[in-house]
Amino acid sequence: MSNSRFFYVTYIRTTPERLWSALTTKEFTEQYWLGAFCESDWKPGSPWKLSFTDGRIADAGEIVEANPPRRLVIKWRNEWSAELKAEGYSLCTFEIEQVEGAEAVKLSVIHEIDRPESAFIQAVSGGWPRILSNLKSLLETGSVLLPKKA
Amino acid sequence: MEMDDVFKALADASRRSLLDRLHVKNGQTLNELCEGLAMTRQAVTKHLVVLEEANLVTTHRQGREKLHYLNPVPIHQIGERWIKKFERGKLTALSELKRRLEGEEK
Repeated sequence: MSNSRFFYVTYIRTTPERLWSALTTKEFTEQYWLGAFCESDWKPGSPWKLSFTDGRIADAGEIVEANPPRRLVIKWRNEWSAELKAEGYSLCTFEIEQVEGAEAVKLSVIHEIDRPESAFIQAVSGGWPRILSNLKSLLETGSVLLPKKA
Repeated sequence: MEMDDVFKALADASRRSLLDRLHVKNGQTLNELCEGLAMTRQAVTKHLVVLEEANLVTTHRQGREKLHYLNPVPIHQIGERWIKKFERGKLTALSELKRRLEGEEK
């Protein structure tokens, strides 16, 4: 296998529209992203960035595809670690599907980079399960389990 | 409901070993997962269905291949459900102590 990829799925009792807004609203991301938040105007070709609450930029890139409330693709590079930044751009895809016959949506997050044994993909793989659990908890109960840094 | 499926799926040593194999190398085909295992291909397929239904394994088609990925999100949710953030530090310390003591015995 020539690339590194993680593939996460979570089912959330919410609507595709609410989930889309949770992924693309700064104030919303701030609540579940473990002490960071995302900013962009979420249009293809526009810049995207993930900042820590103290203002430092964690990761940055560009919106590749935005098809609300179904599919969002971000070109994504680490900005604060020279080693991770040197790996170049990764691709992060969010797919939102309504679960048939239930008031729930399936969220898939695929994060991949075109190189084997990527340290960047390894690094984000520790964060995604926590962020996704927080997001699920926030949408379903209105509060998060891991408020800031964990 | 969903959590029951996760516990049931995890209650089997063969299925946990499949998750361990995906943890070592993510994104494997059925053939790769079967390599070197004492299980039949049919048994592995059956276990993978249970793991997929519990959302512990997700699959992705790449060309003609179906790749299997470890999805740790439900396991994480179980941890969050019973292990509060304040207990995490203590538990990590205890796990580390156990690992060291048991490692030293060998």
